[in-house]
Amino acid sequence: MAKDLKEIKDINEIKDLGWDELIPGAALFSFTEPVEDVVEVPMDERPYAATNSHEWQVGDWRVEKPVYNRDLCIDCQFCWVFCPDMSILSRDKKMIGVIYEHCKGCGICVEVCPTNPKSLLMFPEHTDNNEALAMWPKKEEKK
Amino acid sequence: MVKKIKNLKEFSLSNDRFEGANLMCPGCSHNIIVREVLNATDDPVIVATATGCLEVCTAVYPKTSWDVSWIHIGFENAAVAAATVSAAYEVMKKKGKLPPATQKMVDEGKEPKIVAFAGDGGTYDIGFQSLSGAFERGHNFMYVCLDNEVYANTGGQRSSSTPIGASTTTSPAGSVSYGEKMMKKSMVEIMADHGAPYVAQVSPSKWKDLVKKVQKGFEVYGPVYINAQSACTTEWKHAPEDTIEVSDLGVDSCVWPLYEIINERDEHGIIYSTKLNITYRPKKKIPVEEYLAAQPRFRHLFKPENRHIIDLWQKAVDARWEYLQRREEAGV
Ligand SMILES: Cc1ncc(C[n+]2csc(CCOP(=O)(O)OP(=O)(O)O)c2C)c(N)n1
Ligand code: SF4
Ligand code: SF4
Ligand code: SF4
Ligand SMILES: [Mg+2]
Repeated sequence: MAKDLKEIKDINEIKDLGWDELIPGAALFSFTEPVEDVVEVPMDERPYAATNSHEWQVGDWRVEKPVYNRDLCIDCQFCWVFCPDMSILSRDKKMIGVIYEHCKGCGICVEVCPTNPKSLLMFPEHTDNNEALAMWPKKEEKK
Repeated sequence: MVKKIKNLKEFSLSNDRFEGANLMCPGCSHNIIVREVLNATDDPVIVATATGCLEVCTAVYPKTSWDVSWIHIGFENAAVAAATVSAAYEVMKKKGKLPPATQKMVDEGKEPKIVAFAGDGGTYDIGFQSLSGAFERGHNFMYVCLDNEVYANTGGQRSSSTPIGASTTTSPAGSVSYGEKMMKKSMVEIMADHGAPYVAQVSPSKWKDLVKKVQKGFEVYGPVYINAQSACTTEWKHAPEDTIEVSDLGVDSCVWPLYEIINERDEHGIIYSTKLNITYRPKKKIPVEEYLAAQPRFRHLFKPENRHIIDLWQKAVDARWEYLQRREEAGV
């Protein structure tokens, strides 16, 4: 039966539906209610609709994940500006962490991180983050 | 209203209006460009996207990755969609018929910005007619070309933006061919010759230069063209984590010079002044070879029988860099 997208409250209601089970030509809503000025509302406070990709996840694309080491970070925001997938969470000019639901594991954030040793490093997806932090490499001597 | 962005920390206060869990490849430059363009302003933005990777992967039914007003249009007419929005907006504003929410924004000094995003296929080739028409008519909007030098979305066919020697699915390199035979089309100059008030070339790796140019473009009245370098991990065949490095190599070898062209016209449309500014000068201009070597789409050029194409590349890049400097110096 065709579903009206306006009625959808949870992505699980539409995640596995075939294309022919959804209403053709229906509007895809970003939010469940009008938001006056989106730019003033941080992501974690927005009333996202189930039809906004923000509510979905692509984390299972990864084979490696970036792990963040707060102790070394200088909050330069290079990782924030060059992350293609809005997956670096920054608040009040501080880097806070990686949004693993949206991170595709491209590794750009690690490449652009300027600290020595780096404050972000790629680890196999199954690695526990605390274990990753425990085996963080030491400072590399300049040759 | 021009958003104040003094440095990267300040820029990071931006609340993105483009969402994650879209289906673009890991490490895709298109996404980085879109983020930098949208975050360059806090005003409302209306986006039209031509068919291509960006449109197809950010609106996969039943979900959208856009928190701005967004128009899904054909492969060949993003410029016309944006120009139409602009024309309609101006008439509604004049007649006092804007929706109350929009009127409120306008009263607060937040004029909506109208932006078209399209790939190089959608710009240099199939969308060129509608783009040229919209620029000739002088509509007030910004057109951003996401230039990955190939029809990426349909499997990597060459476009008139594909540079010489690149191996693509319709210009494959092999025992009888070194790949693409034609030189890349000079889109920036072609768009500037329409008399547009502002035309610029940018790279996402130089975020500040890009943001500054987008902000300038939003401030002028009339059609603005931005040609954005978009390293494509899938078709340029470099590793996803190298996207920013490959972009930097392009800029520092002057393969992708960063510059702007500003035209001034009188009330009859006569262009009385044209100025070209180079906005980034590499401290050390690196050999084109280093840029080519970073991308397996050029791998075959390093065989002895194809080496002459690398020499040709260097010659072409040097000549163009010379030309840009001469124009800047002469103030034309
Ligand atoms: C009129 C028309 N012809 C062909 C297509 C098929 N098509 C969709 S996207 C695309 C390639 C887009 O290339 P480009 O504009 O460079 O964008 P990219 O995917 O590289 O970002 C093609 C050929 C189409 N959608 N419409
Ligand atoms: S790995 Fe890629 S997608 Fe994930 S946070 Fe880093 S830059 Fe973003
Ligand atoms: S790039 Fe590295 S140092 Fe800079 S904010 Fe990100 S994690 Fe911190
Ligand atoms: S094919 Fe290229 S342009 Fe398209 S999504 Fe992938 S990396 Fe981006
Ligand atoms: Mg393309």
